[in-house]
Amino acid sequence: MDSALASETPYLRDTVRTAVKILVVGHFAVGKTTFVGALSEIRPLRTEERMTQAGASVDDLAGIRDKTTTTVAMDFGRLTLTDDLVLYLFGAPGQQRFTRLWHDLAVGALGALILVDTTRLEESFAVMDIVERQGLPYAIAVNHFDGAPAFPAEEIREALDLDPATPLAFCDARDRTSSTRALIALVEHLRTLDQEAP
Amino acid sequence: MIRRRNERALVRPHVVTGGRAHPTRNVFDLVTLLIAPPDQLTGPGRDAGLSPEKLRIVELCRGGALSVAEISGILRLPVGVTKVLLSDLVDSGHLITRTPAAAPPPARARILQEVLDGLRARL
Repeated sequence: MDSALASETPYLRDTVRTAVKILVVGHFAVGKTTFVGALSEIRPLRTEERMTQAGASVDDLAGIRDKTTTTVAMDFGRLTLTDDLVLYLFGAPGQQRFTRLWHDLAVGALGALILVDTTRLEESFAVMDIVERQGLPYAIAVNHFDGAPAFPAEEIREALDLDPATPLAFCDARDRTSSTRALIALVEHLRTLDQEAP
Repeated sequence: MIRRRNERALVRPHVVTGGRAHPTRNVFDLVTLLIAPPDQLTGPGRDAGLSPEKLRIVELCRGGALSVAEISGILRLPVGVTKVLLSDLVDSGHLITRTPAAAPPPARARILQEVLDGLRARL
């Protein structure tokens, strides 16, 4: 390994023993990477996974049908919260077809923050379906885009058909404070659910 | 961090893993923490025979603990491939997981409270 890589490598504190993850989910271009970048203590990293899409087929010139392979990229960041505990935030793609990827992401995750854009609310329905199907508790964070119309929370709740207990926060994914508050709203919700569990 | 097309690995993933698609153990989460144990456990010559990719992982993990996701991201190896290689390296004693499997995991309630306190402290 060259020394440049060694010196730039964001190693964890020696005392960290526990790692947890929260998923930041949303449709294309909703601001997942920006959100993760605003909160992360390290420059966000990207992982890639090659996914074979069963069912998708492509006709080439010879008429041979084959499975196609897609590369799915995930950006993630890290927050060291205590000497012992580190939180990873994974920006997860809002596409249902990556079943295995979703399973990998969801297992062990504390919960999901679903980012929505009020100009394209309907694109969030499929994302919510995936998260619910994985059995992950979640909160909604409305990412405010410049120039986007501001809707009252009640209207957004109704459009998304939210359970009254599901938190709805407003944030600007570029802004650390409001993004942190959205994450706090999720974790408060997770704690409440945990306390209510039998 | 955008990877360019011409920076892709020269060797196909299945070659790197010796043709295997799945790790020998299925215990790695994206946030499993790994580290290369201190030098006395790895003698001189211990790395002999490691593939270039495994050697890169071991060298990276000598510096400190990292998650599976970070190892994958830093070395630009797909997650699935990374898990296979990490599994081999744990089997061969080149890497250890940060949290001993024997230790009971902290209770969810305690973790949630700590996450909450930690996030509030950042405001």
